[in-house]
Amino acid sequence: MQTNDKLVIGGHEFSSRFILGSGKYSLKLIEAAVRDAGAEIITLAVRRANTKDHENILDYIPKGVTLLPNTSGARNAQEAVRIARLARELGCGDFVKIEIMHDSKYLLPDNYETIKATEILAKEGFVVLPYMYPDLNAARDLVNAGAAAVMPLASPIGSNKGLATRDFIQILIDEIDLPIIVDAGIGRPSQACEAMEMGAAAIMANTALATAGDLPMMALAFRKAIEAGRQAYLSGLGRVLVRGASASDPLTGFLRD
Amino acid sequence: MENQFFVDSEFLSPEALRRKHQLENDPSSRRNHMEYLPGMEQIRSDVMEKVISQMNSYDAVSYTARDVQAALQHESCSIEDFKALLSPAAEPFLEQMAQKARLETRKHFGNTVYLFTPLYIANYCDNYCIYCGFNCYNHIRRMKLNAEQIEHEMKIIADSGMEEILMLTGESRSMSGVEYIGEACKLARKYFRMVGLEIYPVNSDEYRYLRECGADYVTVFQETYDPDKYETLHLLGHKRVWPYRFEAQERALMGGMRGVGFSALLGLADFRKDALATGLHVYYLQRKYPHAEMSLSCPRLRPIVNNDKINPLDVHERQLCQVLCAYRIFLPFAGITVSSRESEQFRNGIVKIAATKVSAGVSTGIGDHESKYTGKESGEAEGDEQFEINDSRSFGKMYADISAEGLQPVLNDYLYV
Repeated sequence: MQTNDKLVIGGHEFSSRFILGSGKYSLKLIEAAVRDAGAEIITLAVRRANTKDHENILDYIPKGVTLLPNTSGARNAQEAVRIARLARELGCGDFVKIEIMHDSKYLLPDNYETIKATEILAKEGFVVLPYMYPDLNAARDLVNAGAAAVMPLASPIGSNKGLATRDFIQILIDEIDLPIIVDAGIGRPSQACEAMEMGAAAIMANTALATAGDLPMMALAFRKAIEAGRQAYLSGLGRVLVRGASASDPLTGFLRD
Repeated sequence: MENQFFVDSEFLSPEALRRKHQLENDPSSRRNHMEYLPGMEQIRSDVMEKVISQMNSYDAVSYTARDVQAALQHESCSIEDFKALLSPAAEPFLEQMAQKARLETRKHFGNTVYLFTPLYIANYCDNYCIYCGFNCYNHIRRMKLNAEQIEHEMKIIADSGMEEILMLTGESRSMSGVEYIGEACKLARKYFRMVGLEIYPVNSDEYRYLRECGADYVTVFQETYDPDKYETLHLLGHKRVWPYRFEAQERALMGGMRGVGFSALLGLADFRKDALATGLHVYYLQRKYPHAEMSLSCPRLRPIVNNDKINPLDVHERQLCQVLCAYRIFLPFAGITVSSRESEQFRNGIVKIAATKVSAGVSTGIGDHESKYTGKESGEAEGDEQFEINDSRSFGKMYADISAEGLQPVLNDYLYV
């Protein structure tokens, strides 16, 4: 793999393209997961980190790993902004992943509120990574609002269903000049690999690992798949033959010269 | 075999005893339980009618093994599937239900289990609910903590490591007014990240006031969703008004509360219908208020002071497990709380399947946390308990036990914004 192939988010460089979630498995597994995933960014819910002295998740995150605090629990832009500011006060750094859900059943992100929060937080100097439903217009608005990357969902969060929104993510990859990080719904390494082959900049996963039989081993499998997908994308995928293609040109065979 | 709820205390005056017997024996002496009392807000919600009509038409024995198998195969659980999962036909499929429920729980909550503890601040009650230890005719030690005593209790609980508290009172507006509860919420905000309430139902503007005081979650047990049965169990007081209670969660959401909890007390009536109605109450309200957090409890009847024979009748642990699995499959996003009414063994098992929240270090009495947590007698009076708990594990023991099961105890997942 090219050694200079870096993921750049808001001016920060990362070698790994695997962003790890932390909320659904035991704290003691975090270190092994980060190690085997080779991850350099790990998300954490501010609401979970904002705990007293009893086993704080912050104590389990290895040094040198960039924290990506998220605003889960926010129902509108105003709440997300308040949570992001609290994250900064807690010492979680300037990165923030905006999650605004106005639906407790599917936890689908609210693009409109997310754009508003992105604009406010980007102006305050945050490196804003908005979690969104893959809509091109909303993605363009996020770019204009100052997002550092765009994080479209592959399928409903926690579902492990894979790239249900494949075609729309492809549109974002083709049209948006920021890293497209596929977040939510990726359930298998093969799906992560496919998204990377499409040109996604990185993959974020949590439930896929948390529901695996052996979490660190699955972290390693994802790492390899993401690296393979990235390499395939960089190398330029070969053509695909359509079954039944004919050697002759039945419609244009009459042309001379 | 029915529960024998009526107990006459020797301390009641002849006049009180006469009134009590009249209420028990003469239905015409009781107020219309479907009529709102003056001052009770009427929100004219469409949810009640939807739940009642589904519950009334539910014929649990009409479902077959084939219906249950189909329900287990469906990717999303319809109302009909939920009915099948609650039916007797589903009992032989309990292990498959548990497997499916476990998967849903893990997808939505990972391996987390939230810990909380209840704090009863008063046990005065104006109601005669015949199965409850706090009922106004039951001779128990009554008590109401003052602000200083409340803070003392909170400090002891907070020192144990707990970050979420559920504050409860008996249902008496006159003894535990909304302002009294509001002041307790303000104190609780100093010591806890999350403050929940389980108090008598109030109007939406009062819920708004309590939200401003620091509470953010309201749980109201409907006890039974069968209004006719409800009438025979709640003979006197505000609690007798069934529709006002039913609409409490919706008024709480209108008042700005972040989340609401629901429950039937299993063992009072037909538990399958009650479980169906509870699930549908959540389902329809979630559709109307999609941003709200929803949770379910699944308590069974327990013995009380002066009546140790009360039991949950036909709702054995297998039935309870079936109900919890059906809830999880139908409402994968909802929190499920299993209280200390259940045994240690049951709670250890159910957190691996469906439950996402358990209480620990529980007392259902008043002002007794110091003696229960430290073994030190406080020297002050203590109020009697609402019911007898079963699982008496401390916070530390519960934390260790959950970790030992490979699960992740979580103390806080919440921000008051």
